[in-house]
Formats: sequence, structure tokens, C-alpha cells
Amino acid sequence: MSEEKTIIEDISREFYDFRFEENAAYKVDSGLTEEIVRQISEEKNDPAWMRDFRLRCLGIFHRTAMPDWGPSIEGLNMDNIVTYVRPNTRRMQQSWDDVPSDIKDTFERLGIPQSERESLAGVGAQYDSELVYHNVREEVSRQGVIYTDIESALRGPYGDMIKDHFMKLVPPTDHKFAALHGAVWSGGSFVYVPKGASVEIPLQSYFRLNAPGAGQFEHTLIIVEEGAYLHFIEGCSAPKYNVANLHAGCVELFVGKNATLRYSTIENWSKNMYNLNTKRARVEEGGKIEWVSGSFGSHVSYLYPMSILCGAGARSEFTGVTFAGNGQNLDTGCKVVHQAPDTSSYVNTRSISKSGGISTFRSALVIDQKAAGSKASVSCQSLMLDDISRSDTIPAMDIRTAKADVGHEAKIGRISDDAVFYLMSRGLSEDDARALIVSGFAENVSKELPLEYAVEMNNLIRIEMKGAIG
Amino acid sequence: MSEPLLSIQNLFVSVEDSAEGILNGASLSIGKGETHVLMGPNGAGKSTLAGAIMGNPAYQITGGTITFEGENLLEKSVSERARSGLFLSFQNPIEVPGISLSNFIRTALEMRTGKKIRAWAFKKEVKQVLDALQMDEEYAERDLNVGFSGGEKKKAEILQMLLLKPSLAILDETDSGLDVDAVRTVSKGIQEFQKDKDASLLIITHNAAILSALQVDQVHILVDGRIVAEGGPELIEEIEKEGFSHFEEAGVSASEEGKPNE
Repeated sequence: MSEEKTIIEDISREFYDFRFEENAAYKVDSGLTEEIVRQISEEKNDPAWMRDFRLRCLGIFHRTAMPDWGPSIEGLNMDNIVTYVRPNTRRMQQSWDDVPSDIKDTFERLGIPQSERESLAGVGAQYDSELVYHNVREEVSRQGVIYTDIESALRGPYGDMIKDHFMKLVPPTDHKFAALHGAVWSGGSFVYVPKGASVEIPLQSYFRLNAPGAGQFEHTLIIVEEGAYLHFIEGCSAPKYNVANLHAGCVELFVGKNATLRYSTIENWSKNMYNLNTKRARVEEGGKIEWVSGSFGSHVSYLYPMSILCGAGARSEFTGVTFAGNGQNLDTGCKVVHQAPDTSSYVNTRSISKSGGISTFRSALVIDQKAAGSKASVSCQSLMLDDISRSDTIPAMDIRTAKADVGHEAKIGRISDDAVFYLMSRGLSEDDARALIVSGFAENVSKELPLEYAVEMNNLIRIEMKGAIG
Repeated sequence: MSEPLLSIQNLFVSVEDSAEGILNGASLSIGKGETHVLMGPNGAGKSTLAGAIMGNPAYQITGGTITFEGENLLEKSVSERARSGLFLSFQNPIEVPGISLSNFIRTALEMRTGKKIRAWAFKKEVKQVLDALQMDEEYAERDLNVGFSGGEKKKAEILQMLLLKPSLAILDETDSGLDVDAVRTVSKGIQEFQKDKDASLLIITHNAAILSALQVDQVHILVDGRIVAEGGPELIEEIEKEGFSHFEEAGVSASEEGKPNE
């Protein structure tokens, strides 16, 4: 029996776990078939090439095995996952006032309007699977910068550009969830920064899941042309549900010659989420990608943003922090491929585990024969907050040239009693003393974030530190 | 006579993995507004006494009492002791990245008082204290003790003391290992602290130099975990000339009874 939804019923104002009654106008059947994919494509008004691409991806998805490494994803049953949920908002909203009130309340609690007031350039907020609110400041578009939802861009003047780049960096054959993404992707952002443009204020996007069992498959495509600069911030937060949730987004970043892109993420998915996200950047001659990544939420994460340094002198910086609490198994890290001479990469990560959480740092560094004169440095530090938590470090290196300078450093530690005593002797409670030390440990990331995000991250750490033990 | 601010009676302290006591019946009292000096040879137990007063969990109190403002201090957590007006200047302050010295002091003050402190007013206060100590303003904006030299760490402890305004500050060898300029700054800070007539001090030192410019009410000599002599500032002079040797003889014979063989 297909599920039927009528018009909006009454909206509950009492939200305990900060979610609203599921209120979707339209929902596809559980389980993934060709019919569903066609339905999605039709509903989205895809160009024919995209419909064919989705169907090709579906085939790859069915043919590809589940990953046989990393944390267990046995709790994930694709047959139970409603892959596509469209909120009631039919079209893109012109202004904040037009956004439906339940959606608006949710976003307000996430602080979006405030962020905007604080001079962030634009808001592309995704509620379930579609963009419901979108606004780009005039000054940004005056520079020729395009910041829009990717679905409408697909049908507009940038359609060909998207066609040329879409899942070229992350091909659907990459892994099973990349194929799944290709088949059912929905929503996301498209940013194009033309040659020489410098976007002074960060563009930000907020992703959120709100329906039980709904997967989220947003696609982010960013192209930064020669000599241009952009900082893009992706923030995630989702309410808690009992049904397993899946996030298999895809981020493709094209960094042109001498261009710089900073891509910052604070992820705080609910603790039942399977976060199987794929992020990749391709960097041309003299260009630079800067990843800033904070992973706090989800039940299981596989997250390894990858940088392909394909032009001479291209650079990559990865700064990350991962905090795994009770019931969390977060497998995070990064990949860097040096394909050209004099490229450099710098990886600096911190992982924290608490109350039985498992935090694994996994990295792959490849320097091929053409990359003479390249430099790479990998540094990871782990902090275990008790005896029942776990932290692993799995750094892989494949160096094919003798003319490379490679450094690796790993440290593992605990909070010293002396440090706690010192802070308490100034009047801090034990909890606050520990939270302060952990915030300091994660400072590699917080100092790279805009102030409000750094504050949010430190609040998250405080909340996690005060959480129930064991 | 009113009750002393701090009263330590017959205190026995040991560390976890050692049967041997570090403090073996130490007693000492400090009145409100008084400055006391604690001297003694290396290993006498001076830092242990300071740590025990503040509640360092590394030390186990096996006997005796400590009261502060008439209340049993041993029942209180370290933070409660701090909030009740105790302060300890550490020999090796811990480095904490992610928070500036100034923000840390403000946070600690807010925790102690439970009240929000206005950033602007606080900034002005910090500046006043820095000026009094002839310290650079930028100093307070650096991360707490991170990359500080030994002297800078000690000066930061003094800055914290002056801003937190404890009723009793214990300075554990704050002057040791400092160059002449840093000793002068620390000394200036202590004098600044003494301007509050109700503020009390317990200064632990090896070195009489820091004391020369200070008003001292009483001197205690600690040898082998016991106070073996007490007196006025004249004791400092005596030690300058004679060292601890004749106190040590008395102390050794006193503590050797009951000391287990290794």
C-alpha cells in the first residue's frame, strides 16, 4: 500500500528532540527500483542526460558490493530507507517571510537568520531533499559569482557546465554509495566563482534531515576559476530518530590555477545517522584547497575528503577534529594524491573518544613518479578520555619518487591529572576543566573557523563532555 | 582573639605509591591579612603542604585537619576551595591552548562568583594590573601559558592572583629560577596584593631575595615534614647566614623514629 499524505495537519509546538511531525507532501516507496529512480527524475524535471545518468548509476549500485572494511554498516537496510522526501515547499523561496513556519522555526533554532545578519554572503538551506530558502547577496552576484541550488542550475544557462563536471571527480564506480548518490541525488548547491573574483565573506549552506528513514543525497559542485578565492561553509545538524538514517552526499570541488578554496564543515548528525559522504577536490597549478572539518555526530561515519594535486605547485591543507562519544564509530581522515612536481600537502588532525566511542584516523598519501620535489606532512593526535574508549590510527603511504619530503607524526594521550588540578585550583569545576582542555586540543580546527562556528563547536564539545558517561 | 583564617593541625600526608609520609604532623596557622613565609631544605615537604591545602588529588591526607575560615577544607573539592578564596601559584603552570590568559581569568572569576563579567570593564582592570606590573598588554591575549618562558609563566600566575583576589594566596617557589627583572615583577605583584589589608599570603621560597622588599609577619621552618621552628622575620636572616643545618639535625632526629627501612 502506498503511503498517502494529505494537507498539513496541526503542527506540534512541543518539540522534545527538536523535530516536527513529518509533513512531507510526497514520498516514494521504500526500497530502490528503476521505477523509483525514474519517478525522482521526472519529479525533478531532469534533462534527459541526467535521467539516463541516474539509471546507469542505479545499475552500478546494484552491481557493487558493500564495503568490506571500516566500521560495520549492518544496521543499514536500504529496503527500509525512504530515499527521497520532498518538503511541502514547492518552489524556491524569495524571502525568509515566505518560508513555511515549521521549517522556519527549525531553521531559526539552527541560527540561520542570525548568521546571515552577521554578514554571511548567502544561505542555501536544505530541508529534507530540496532547497527551500536561498538568497545571495547582491555584492556577490555582482562579481559574477553564481550561488544557487544545483537543480535549477541544471536547467539554466550553467547546465552544460554542470554536465561537464557532475560526478566526473567522484565517478559512480568509486564505491557503492557514490553509485547510490548518482541514482537518487537531490538538492545541494552549485557555486561558480569566475576568474579573479575574490569572495570576501564565506558562503554557507545548512543541511538537515527531518523525516524518519529518509536518506539525504545532496550534491555540492563548486568551481573556482583561475586566481579566484572562495570560502564555503557546510554545516549539518539533524534531529534524532530511531530508524536508521543514511547520508550519502557528494562534494566535488574544482580549484583552478592559482585559485584558493577553503571548504569548512561542522557535522553534527543525530546519533543514528550513517554518514557515508564523499568529498573530493581537484587542484590545478599553484592552486590551493583548504579543508577544515569537524565531525561530531552520526552513529557511523566514513569520511575521507580527497585532494588531487594535478598541477605543479598545487597545495592541500587538511585540518580536522573528530569526537566520538557513546555508540559512535567515526572513521575519518583524508586522502591526498600528488600528481605533479613541487606539490605540497599538510594534514593535521585531532581525534577524541569518550564513553566507549571509537575514533579512527585513516589516511592515504600517494606521491607518484611525476611529483618530484613534493612535500607532505601528516600529523595526527588522539585523546582518549577514559578506559573504555578507543582510538586507532591507520596512515597509508605510497611514495613513488625518491625526490619527496614526507613526514609523519602520531601521538596518543590522555588528559593529565595535573592539568585538571591546575584549572580547578582557579575555580573551574572538573567538567569545565576537562571541557576546556578538550576545546584546546581541538583548537587546530576552531581557530580556522569563523568566530560563530568556533563558538558553536566549543559548545558542542561542552555538551559532549557533559553527556552521560558509559 | 578571633579564629585564624587558615589552621593546619598535625597534618600527615603521603603519596599513593609510597608508605613513607611526606608530612609528618605539620601544624601552622595564618591570620587574616598576614604574610607568612615557609622555608626549608629541598624535599622537606613544602610543595606537598601547598598541594594538600589546595587539594591536589596526588596527595593523601592520612591524619590531621585543615580548616579555612572555620570550615573543614578537607571535605571540599579543589574548585570549592578555590571559590572559597584560596589560590595556589604553581611551580609548573600547565599550558592550555585555545583560551587566552585574559579570557581564562574572566571565566574563572565568573565561575567563582556565578556572575557575568562585562568584557570591557574587565579588560580595563587587566590593563591596570598589567601596568602596575609593567607588563605588556599583549601578554594577556596569548593562550594560557602556551609557549611562555619560565619567567612569563610565573608572572602570569601573579597576574591571576591579582585579578582573582583570593583571601589567601599560596606562592609555591614563584621566585625560583627567575632572572632579576622577573623577580622584581613578582615582588611588585606581591606588594600590590598586600595593599589589600585583608589579603593573606603564604610564601614558599628558598631564597631571601624576594622577601627583602616585603612586609613579613611570621616565618615557619619545615624540615622532614614537620615545622621545626617559627618566628619573626629575623629567622630569615638567620637562615641566610647559617642555612638549615642546625634545624635539619633537630628534624632528622625527630623524624627518624618510626621511619620504615627501605
